Amino acid sequence: MPARKLAYYSPFMRRFAIPAIALGVAVALLALLAFGVAHQGTSSSIDAKVARGDYPVAPGARMQLPILGSSGHESLADFRGKVVVINVFASWCGPCVAEAPILEQEERQLVKHNATVLGVTYLDNSSDSEQFVRQHGITYPVVRDVNGNFVRGFGATGVPETYVINRQGRIVALTREQLAGNWLQQTMTRILAQSA
Amino acid sequence: MITLLAAPLALAPAIAPATSAAAVAPRASLTDIESDVMCTSCREPLEVAQSPQADSERAYIRGLIAQGETKSQILNNLVAQYGTAVLGKPPAHGFNLTVYIIPPAILVIGAGILAFTLPRWRRRTRAAARAPASSLPELDAEDAQRLDQELSRFRG
Repeated sequence: MPARKLAYYSPFMRRFAIPAIALGVAVALLALLAFGVAHQGTSSSIDAKVARGDYPVAPGARMQLPILGSSGHESLADFRGKVVVINVFASWCGPCVAEAPILEQEERQLVKHNATVLGVTYLDNSSDSEQFVRQHGITYPVVRDVNGNFVRGFGATGVPETYVINRQGRIVALTREQLAGNWLQQTMTRILAQSA
Repeated sequence: MITLLAAPLALAPAIAPATSAAAVAPRASLTDIESDVMCTSCREPLEVAQSPQADSERAYIRGLIAQGETKSQILNNLVAQYGTAVLGKPPAHGFNLTVYIIPPAILVIGAGILAFTLPRWRRRTRAAARAPASSLPELDAEDAQRLDQELSRFRG
């Protein structure tokens, strides 16, 4: 009986089933590829929105991140109502070393305007990050993004990157390069004037 | 005298667990660990990566080795510091499962297709080879005559 069944189905199997299986496997692999690509960084879409003034809500605002050198946690939501300059850095990164004094200087101005810098260490171990903070006399809060889930929401591709979040929790400016010239100072003057 | 004999005996239990622990978990080496971890910023195996972050990661591993940590303790420590992306082989859960499932699945499906089609192809080839010449359709008289004429032209 099974032999007869096979004989009955074999022309069908020969013509359609094997190509259908091959097609199914190919479609599944393509779907997987599409899924992987879709879950890659969203940097270009965020950059484009910020550039045209369609400010996106900062992602991962409720994500609890460990505070560097402490057992406590902090989230972006804890800074709601403040203008926050998120600076993604790592101790081994040369441009981050160059940025540190600029950010610290800006922090001293920002505290007067209900604003702050929030350092986020990424791709770095905590002891090196702590040493970096001590060496550069950083006084602003610093949290760790161990798995990179927080910064990946911003489409981070490396370090350093800087995002400015307004009082409504929206990304209003960003740079994916080392802070250069007066970019930070000019951007903050504009944003603080808008949100005054 | 009693004191002199008693001192080594008192030390023996303290030495024995340390020796057996060393036997269970051999001392970790940077070369061994480098082959199992990634440089998380350059997304390359640490053993070939040349970047400031790779150097920082190596220095961190050297520090852990100096503290006497075993390979598994060091790998756990690296995951706590850099996340699971630091592991050369991602942990088998969530989307990472695809890494472990898809390649064997492709092999199994491919082997299944071959197992199904190869015997059929071989059967068909053998049947065609064994087929007697008489099974071929015969030429009609007109075609046979034309064939003879063509062949005679070649034979001269």
